[in-house]
Amino acid sequence: MPVTLQLPNVLSRLADGKRTLSAEGDTLSAVLRDICGRFPELGRRLRDAHGELYPFVSIYLNDEDIRFRGGFDAAVKDGDVVTVVPAVAGG
Amino acid sequence: MSAVLTPQETLRYSRQLMLPEVGSAGQSRLKHSRVLLVGIGGLGSPLALYLAAAGVGQLGLVDCDAVELSNLQRQILHGTRDVGRSKLASARDRLADLNPQVRLETHETRLSAANALQLLAGYDVVVDGTDNFATRYLVNDACVLLGIPNVYGSIFQFEGQASVLATSDGPCYRCLFRSPPPPGLVPSCAEGGVLGVLPGLIGTIQATETLKLLLGTGESLVGRLLLVNALSMEFRTVKVRKDPACPACGTHEITTLRAEEFVCAAPAPASRIPEITPRQLADRLARREDLLLVDVRETHEWELCHLDGATLIPLGELPERAATLPRDRELVIYCKGGMRAAQAVAYLQGEGFTRIRNLSGGINRWSEEVDPTIPRY
Repeated sequence: MPVTLQLPNVLSRLADGKRTLSAEGDTLSAVLRDICGRFPELGRRLRDAHGELYPFVSIYLNDEDIRFRGGFDAAVKDGDVVTVVPAVAGG
Repeated sequence: MSAVLTPQETLRYSRQLMLPEVGSAGQSRLKHSRVLLVGIGGLGSPLALYLAAAGVGQLGLVDCDAVELSNLQRQILHGTRDVGRSKLASARDRLADLNPQVRLETHETRLSAANALQLLAGYDVVVDGTDNFATRYLVNDACVLLGIPNVYGSIFQFEGQASVLATSDGPCYRCLFRSPPPPGLVPSCAEGGVLGVLPGLIGTIQATETLKLLLGTGESLVGRLLLVNALSMEFRTVKVRKDPACPACGTHEITTLRAEEFVCAAPAPASRIPEITPRQLADRLARREDLLLVDVRETHEWELCHLDGATLIPLGELPERAATLPRDRELVIYCKGGMRAAQAVAYLQGEGFTRIRNLSGGINRWSEEVDPTIPRY
C-alpha cells in the first residue's frame, strides 16, 4: 500500500483537482520527488528553490510535524498519511 | 471571587449552570472574565454572540471596518440595516440586546505594533479573528510577550484551522508557521472566497475553547491544530510542538513588536506596476483606442460579470497562454480588485511585455466609477 498525500483545496488545483494523491517512496523526500515529477508546480509550493521547507507551509507525517521527525529525510512506510497545511489568514 | 449569581442570572444561564463542569462557581468565573476579540467579522460574529450569551463578563472588541453588504453572507452579528455603520456600533447594539449584563469595551482602531500591547494587556484570553497575516503575527507576538493565551482560528474557502496558542507551556503561532508567506502567494477571502458557514464552524470552536480556558475544564487544543474540511466534512487534529528555536516563545528574540512586512495578498509595489484608472480606461475605449482587455479571474467569476470585449485567461493559466497574447497591442489586465491583475502584469513584464497596465481597483472599481450595471461582488 502506498503513501497518501493529502492536499488542501487551494493546492489541489495544482494536482488536477485531486485532494488525495498516492505516492511511492521510503522517505518523505522520495515521496515528494514522486509527486513533483507528476505535478511540478505543486512541487514548487511544497519546497523552496533550495529544497527546504517553507516557513509558511507545515507538512505532517501522520499527526507529527516533519520538522520534529527529521524533515524530508523522515522514513515513511506503506499506509502513512502525509498532510500539507499551508498558513491561511482568512477570518 | 464571589460565587453569588442574581436570580435573573441563575435563570438566564440555567442550562449551563446544570452542567457540573460549569455550576455557579464556573458561571461566576465567566462573569469575572475579560476576553478580547480581535476582528468582528466572520469568525468574530459567532465568537461575540456565543461568548456574550454565555455570560463572559467583559468583552473587548477591536475592529475598524464598516459593515458591507458582502459581509452579511457570513458575518451574522450584523444585519442589512447595519450596512454602512461601523461594525463596532452594530456589534454593540446586537450584543447589548442579546445580553445586557456583558460589559462591552470597543476599540475602533486597527491593531498595530504601536498599540497592541496596550490593547491586549489585562485580558484573560485573546481571540484571533483577524483576516490578514500581519495582524495575526502581531496578536501572537503580543500574546507571547504578555503571557495571554491566543485562541486561534483561520479560514479559507472550505477549510479552517483552530488551536490554542501562547499558553505558558504550549506552542505559539510562530511554532506553527515561523513567518508569513510573501505578498501575493496566498489570496485573501475577498479574492479567494469563503463558504459562509465556515467561519461559523471555526468561530464556534474558538468560542468553545475560550469558555473551556476560562472555566479550566476539558482538554484544550493546546499542542494540537484542528483541521476542518467542510467539503469532505472531516475534522482531524495534528500535533503542534513548542519549538525551542521559535523566536517568539522559544529563544525570546522577539522582545518588542514590529509589523511584519506583509499585507494580505498585496500587489507588488505600484511603482513597478503601471496602472490605469477605470475613468481613464473608459475615456480611451470611448476614443476607440486599440486596447486588449484581459480578465485574469476564474471562469465562475467571469460568469458573474465581465467587461465587454475582454478575453478570459485565469491567472493560473497565464504561463501557458501568455504566448497567445499580442505584443503589438496595449494590454489592460483586470481582476476583481486589482491584486491578481498586478501579479499578472508583473509576470507578463517578466515575459517581455512592455505595453501593459493593471486596471486600478479591478472590475469592482469600474462598477463604482464607470458602469454601475456591472454587479460588484
